[in-house]
Amino acid sequence: MPAKASRAAFGEALLELGAQDPRIVTVDADLSKSTMTAAFAKAYPGRAFNVGIAESNMIGIGAGLALAGKIPFVCSFACFVAGRFETIRMSVAYTRANVKIVGTHAGIAIGEDGYSQMGLEDIACLRALPNVPIIQPADETETKQAIAYAVEHQGPLYLRLTRQNLEPVSPPDYRFQFGKAVVLRPGSDVTILASGGPVFNCLKAAEKLEGEGVKAEVINVACIKPLDEELLVRSASRTGRVMTVEDHSIWGGLGGAVSELLAEVHPTPVKRLGVQGFGESGDPKGLYAKHGLDPEGIARSVMKFLSC
Amino acid sequence: MPSADLARLQSVARDCRVQIIRMLTHAGSGHPGGSLSVIDILTVLFGARMRYDPKRPDWPDRDRFILSKGHCVPALYALMAKVGYFPESLLITLRKLGSPLQGHPDRVMLPGIEAATGSLGQGLSMAMGIALGLRLDRRPSRVYCVIGDGESQEGQVWEAAMEAPKLGQPDHPLDNLCVFLDYNGIQLDDFVKKVLDLEPVVEKWKAFGWAVIEIDGHDLTQITKALDQAEAIKGRPTFIVAHTVKGKSVSFMENNPEWHGKAPKPQEGIRAIREILGVAEGDWAGYLDRHPETAAIVRELGALEKK
Ligand SMILES: Cc1ncc(C[n+]2csc(CCOP(=O)(O)OP(=O)(O)O)c2C)c(N)n1
Repeated sequence: MPAKASRAAFGEALLELGAQDPRIVTVDADLSKSTMTAAFAKAYPGRAFNVGIAESNMIGIGAGLALAGKIPFVCSFACFVAGRFETIRMSVAYTRANVKIVGTHAGIAIGEDGYSQMGLEDIACLRALPNVPIIQPADETETKQAIAYAVEHQGPLYLRLTRQNLEPVSPPDYRFQFGKAVVLRPGSDVTILASGGPVFNCLKAAEKLEGEGVKAEVINVACIKPLDEELLVRSASRTGRVMTVEDHSIWGGLGGAVSELLAEVHPTPVKRLGVQGFGESGDPKGLYAKHGLDPEGIARSVMKFLSC
Repeated sequence: MPSADLARLQSVARDCRVQIIRMLTHAGSGHPGGSLSVIDILTVLFGARMRYDPKRPDWPDRDRFILSKGHCVPALYALMAKVGYFPESLLITLRKLGSPLQGHPDRVMLPGIEAATGSLGQGLSMAMGIALGLRLDRRPSRVYCVIGDGESQEGQVWEAAMEAPKLGQPDHPLDNLCVFLDYNGIQLDDFVKKVLDLEPVVEKWKAFGWAVIEIDGHDLTQITKALDQAEAIKGRPTFIVAHTVKGKSVSFMENNPEWHGKAPKPQEGIRAIREILGVAEGDWAGYLDRHPETAAIVRELGALEKK
């Protein structure tokens, strides 16, 4: 399977699911080419609504459509949907409207556009809402299954997708299960919990670490809320060290969620790897290297973590 | 405007268009369409109107400029280089790791940028706040802001539109604020009329209490006159509806939604530069012989192709 952006997999999944379920509709805010709902709009013109550059309105209309029995996917860049936090809080979350919120262009991996277009705080914002699960798939297979799940899920849900292509990481028999994480590579010395874009790099890092005699367990945490408490605690108790890796601010994202969980139920030393400070323009590779999210950087952080 | 001034501004605008194409081609990404539609407005503002000192970007009495449609910042960078904020050689670092020339404006990394923009819809409110603050301090500075037509679909623009004529009244009306609409008719996905039409736009801003002027946003004389008018208007802010062409001066970009957010490839960039300079294909080699600076840019872009 070739590498594919999760936004592209989303667009394809929507096209298929749209044929089976006429309740599915899309609402966009002048980014339908980028969120990849454009194909759905072409196939089902009466069910795709581009409301202009007006994200609050997009989310509100989505909420209304949900109340009228539709299953709306409201789509924009992650930073712009999270930027309309209070609209999501009232119109979607508190209203208990069955809206699927899609934030694409997650993280610094978008590269050259720079900070203003990077979703770096979206998980932190939306995680505070009591009834909005957060799903961040790591490859095409997982994305397509997660989208199918989103349609079935009763209630709001946030999907965090990438602009960049993602190498396949899921096992061949993979089945997405809500609230479940997946061990991609077993190990006993350290647990690496990763989500979204950097998952593949964590597997690469684990290979490198193997060469240095370190057995890293790599777990793909697609479901950031709710977390797979059982699996995470089991792995943490076996390895005794947990590192989180994500293309998101280290404050309040996967690292925050995992720290909260472990501090309460199974105190374990945690190292959070992610973005600190603002993102910036640059080539995605260079940015990942700068922030230590490339395989070398991840392996380096693990070694440092294990030596202290 | 005296014809010598006009000729000078025309040449500034042309040079800046060339630089926009040059830097976007180097960057390999970015937004040519809206940068080319707004450049004539910026040329008059920076080339003939605003008071500022590139050596003292924090001079309290400087005029302020906020590019609310921040994705078109290459146009602003081209002018900032032209008037001496930084060397022109820096332009080709646009969007590269570590460059102060971020893909969207960063106020801290690049002195002279007045506000971070790039999330559409926010610039006008900040411009109003600055205008009010300047008024409260009885400073003479004026505040200029450019918004996009697609951007005008954001709710916050209309919150600002409704508030600006009232803010600071009666003692500190925002007649030091002048806003341009870069009305190029295209947004990201499609034509504005197809996505969400703004019309009747003049009537809307008038109804909200603004002084409204309508011009051709590529006519340097009309832009200058509108700015004179705006300075004479007392008691309320001015809104200038500037009719423009997205991708102006490059035939294959003009009025074409495809060129909203796509950088030219090296050969496209070279062709764009030739068109901007108004040189026929057959005369190009001779022109380059006579214009070593352009020839250097063309060589540079040609070399990108080989990479
Ligand atoms: C809040 C927000 N939503 C979406 C975007 C993505 N975006 C960047 S440019 C653009 C279209 C802008 O159209 P317009 O204001 O007409 O600018 P111009 O045509 O002058 O380039 C969009 C939707 C953004 N930058 N900010």
